[in-house]
Amino acid sequence: MKALLEVNHLTKQFGKDSKALTDVSFSVQEGEFVSIIGPSGAGKSTLLRCINRMIDATGGDIRFQDSQVMNLKKKELKQVRTKIGMIFQHYNLVNRLSVIENTLHGKLGTKSTLAGVLGLYSKEEKQQAVQILNVLGLNEMIYKRADQLSGGQKQRVGIARALIQNPRMLLCDEPIASLDPNSAKVIMDHLKKVSTTMGITVVVNLHQVDVAIKYSDRIIGINKGQVVYNGSAKGLTSEDIQRIYGSEADDLIFDIGGIHAG
Amino acid sequence: MQADIFAKKKRNTLAYLCLLGAVTMLAMVITEYNAVKGIASIPKAVQWGMANFYPTAESLEKLPVILEKMQETLLVSIAATTAAAVFALLFAIFGSNTTRINRFFGAVTRGIATVFRNIDVAAWALILLFSFGQSSLTGYFALFFGSFGFLTRAFTETIDEVSGGSVEALKATGAGYFSIIFQSVIPSSIPQIISWILFMIETNIRSATLIGLLTGSGIGFTFNLYYKSLAYDTASLVVIVIIAAILLIEFASNYVRKVIL
Repeated sequence: MKALLEVNHLTKQFGKDSKALTDVSFSVQEGEFVSIIGPSGAGKSTLLRCINRMIDATGGDIRFQDSQVMNLKKKELKQVRTKIGMIFQHYNLVNRLSVIENTLHGKLGTKSTLAGVLGLYSKEEKQQAVQILNVLGLNEMIYKRADQLSGGQKQRVGIARALIQNPRMLLCDEPIASLDPNSAKVIMDHLKKVSTTMGITVVVNLHQVDVAIKYSDRIIGINKGQVVYNGSAKGLTSEDIQRIYGSEADDLIFDIGGIHAG
Repeated sequence: MQADIFAKKKRNTLAYLCLLGAVTMLAMVITEYNAVKGIASIPKAVQWGMANFYPTAESLEKLPVILEKMQETLLVSIAATTAAAVFALLFAIFGSNTTRINRFFGAVTRGIATVFRNIDVAAWALILLFSFGQSSLTGYFALFFGSFGFLTRAFTETIDEVSGGSVEALKATGAGYFSIIFQSVIPSSIPQIISWILFMIETNIRSATLIGLLTGSGIGFTFNLYYKSLAYDTASLVVIVIIAAILLIEFASNYVRKVIL
């Protein structure tokens, strides 16, 4: 099967000497749930943002479906972005607007300038938004302002905004890093459900190795901008974790045997 | 070691205080300012104010004329501020780091705004006197230019502060530039923008009084007229009207702020 996303020899350089990514290559299959783990500053966020060109990479190439992402013109890039949903650590909602307005923002990519400026959404789009919010358990919050929600609810609105795009792939940048364990579990369960029931590919940056092992089909480990592990979640050994997180990983607070057993 | 840090901090504070004192002394010597005489003359000033500077029954007859001028000043201030706000919002959007079209264009718009901001309204009034002469139009444009510079700066910072995240999110959905501005940037920053406009209107009413002195229009000119003709009672009435107007506007804008924020 042809991969949905293929990243080849990707490099990103900030300024003259600081290399964020060095020769990163991997591919993601349709419907796969992939976690990217690695220490802070390893380049996880940069990598994710290079995929939809929120950050322009310095070298290498990225193929998404049939498009060479690095060569796209402005208009084609927007088109590709409409098929990739993005979820952020800090939710990135418009706090003063209602939940449903924030959700409908996911449709702006497919609208003409005038309709986008005036915020004109069709009845079908509004129904779709309500339906998605129902699935995510936000049916009572539809008309609430985003700043009245809890962190977990805000992140679910973030997911709703991504889902209404009818995306082929979701990029999640530390989606649970600001959430308490319960909300984090709800969010991860929703992402897993999105992947299994809707067949949407999910690529997620994570800090929690145990969460990554529990939810992903595959894990990509990154250290200092280089891929140091790329394989199944089950095959991740403590040596691999040590390679990803450096020598102190011995003292990390979880027990890998226990995780696999669970 | 720790004790050293505290001792050093104390020494630094002492040094700053000594420096401040020395500069003050130097300034007093250069300007031949006598502190004792200065303070001693305050009671005399108060005495003079109490004796002359209060409205009398005759001055109240001038009230309609004063109110008419006050109204003119208020309206000019509000008109100048709102017009400036429209242009400032445009420049702020093009100059803000989150919403600029490109780096060069952003720097140019910010540069223009900086020039306008750093020329004081009083300086603008003097410059514009040559073009428009002594009329309320001069005052209007002076306030307009001053507010434009200031508001552009304030709006730029507001936009950068409140809309960074949601702009990124909408960009990632493939939304176009104008959709992002109207669906994310403006809804996020509108309360702060209104708050800045209200603040600017208050400031401009105060400046308008001063500018009226220079441009020969509005309430400032009225005050000057009565003051120079030694009609202190009427001049004091003008001051009271100005204070009342400012308090009224401040009250109104505080109320609006409370409602929108």
